[in-house]
Amino acid sequence: MATASIISNHGTVTLPEPLPLDGEQRLDGVEIAYEAYGTLNPARDNAIFVAHATTGDQHVASPHPITGKPGWWDRMVGPGKPIDTTRFYVLSANVLGGCMGSTGPGSLAADGKPYAMRFPVITIRDMVRAHVALLKELGIERLHAIVGGSMGGMQALSLAANWPDMADRVLAIASTATMAAQNIAFQEVGRQAIMADPDWQEGNYYGTGKAPDAGLSLARMAAHITYLSEESLTGKFGRRLQDRDAKSFGFDADFQVESYLRHQGLSFTGRFDANSYLYITRAMSYFDLEEEQGGRLAEAFARTHAKFCVISFDTDWLYPTPQSRKLVHALNAAGAPVSFVELAAPFGHDSFLLDVPALDRVVKGFLEQ
Amino acid sequence: MSLRPDLALIASHVQPGTRVLDVGCGDGMLLAALRDERAVDARGMEIDAEKVEQCVSRGLSVIQGDANTDLAFYPDDSFDYAILSQTLQTTQRPDQMLDELLRVGRQAFVSFPNFAHWRVRLYLLAKGRMPVTRNLPQTWYDTPNIHHLTIADFRDLLDVRGVKVKRCWFLSRGKLISPMNANWRAHNAVFQVTR
Repeated sequence: MATASIISNHGTVTLPEPLPLDGEQRLDGVEIAYEAYGTLNPARDNAIFVAHATTGDQHVASPHPITGKPGWWDRMVGPGKPIDTTRFYVLSANVLGGCMGSTGPGSLAADGKPYAMRFPVITIRDMVRAHVALLKELGIERLHAIVGGSMGGMQALSLAANWPDMADRVLAIASTATMAAQNIAFQEVGRQAIMADPDWQEGNYYGTGKAPDAGLSLARMAAHITYLSEESLTGKFGRRLQDRDAKSFGFDADFQVESYLRHQGLSFTGRFDANSYLYITRAMSYFDLEEEQGGRLAEAFARTHAKFCVISFDTDWLYPTPQSRKLVHALNAAGAPVSFVELAAPFGHDSFLLDVPALDRVVKGFLEQ
Repeated sequence: MSLRPDLALIASHVQPGTRVLDVGCGDGMLLAALRDERAVDARGMEIDAEKVEQCVSRGLSVIQGDANTDLAFYPDDSFDYAILSQTLQTTQRPDQMLDELLRVGRQAFVSFPNFAHWRVRLYLLAKGRMPVTRNLPQTWYDTPNIHHLTIADFRDLLDVRGVKVKRCWFLSRGKLISPMNANWRAHNAVFQVTR
């Protein structure tokens, strides 16, 4: 059944000023693609910014233009949903470095050719700086809340630390203030898979008719495992075989889980740019609010008056609860009003995207008070 | 909804506009009352995720955590008051809990069921079994109350720790009673203590 689009506003804004970057460069003519739902009230104080995760985009609650699938947080954002678009003006933007309309390595540089690896290495804070510039262009001075899961949570925390007056509420789900070694390690595997693909061509595959699909697909397969839990993989696939009665004694996708992963990898290549994947995961691996604040995480939150809510999931081994707790302790030390809850959900890191009724209640409760 | 009698007592003695941590805050009834009626900066800690969820829905700042270990993450003097209601007897080390309450808070309110109430004493004397009463309804093997105490025991602990009593109240079936023979007559005690 087709449903009416709930998009109230969308477009691409070209930032009027060059964007300063943590890597001590500036980017001219940065474009940021955004999408919004609901109505900005006359006081302009009901805006909620939803920051997307690594491979997400601005299509939070509208069908993806390439895959046609529902928006990645369709279950959370919409009329009467936990982030209620009849009440809030909900805005999301493709991150800097992305490939869904915002400036990234696939965009054209001043010489008319794609940046490819000439694109500067960016940070989470650079992404947030671009979002802040976008909000300014859209006439939004202050956010009712910034909400994000995983890398979206990092953006939310970065906003609170670096633009302390910008958001009244900060909600970080399944996230961390410091990218841990294990996460850096997994992302390095993904990047190496892409860069080892001969079709990557040192990043200059645009317009060659070839792209590092094998490498990007492998990166996605490896990453996808980290988003799930043993429990969810076992429950969903067990050792069941794929369309066959016996093992093939070959290297086909005998098992359903193998077939599933191959499908996840392949379908990802149709909607995501390999170089964007390199740049965005690099930004994540550089993310360390503690280091940014001279080794005292609490300092990051000393200047903000925002209320915080931190949520983790018991089966998330990629961003496990102790990382959220560390963040909460720093918020406590800074005297920030903070709520924290570890929710029980079977889906691993992906729990923040899936059907977890308790998550809905906490999100709604936090945003509406 | 009205507050449980010991909580109402505590609420009425918290100075308006102060900072309060309710350790084991449950569904946040006391915190909500303190925030709404006394403009208190009210924070909580609660181990049960569902109760934390209810607190967050009330707009309260509550952290899911284990009071036995997680108070350590609050800096000294974070709060004007730390509150521990009907929970001391469930902690692993009540003595250390008292120290922690008075480290993170300048003052503390502690309420607990009195194991020396005459019904409890009589139960043990007559039946020779661990008392099961209306006030203490669980059997010895499934009770969370692993460190039962009496009013006299608590006073002894305060003496050993050099903690001063600012005020104390005694309750029987939810009603205030005189301090006379409280250790026989009170079901519950509430102490306001300070370093």
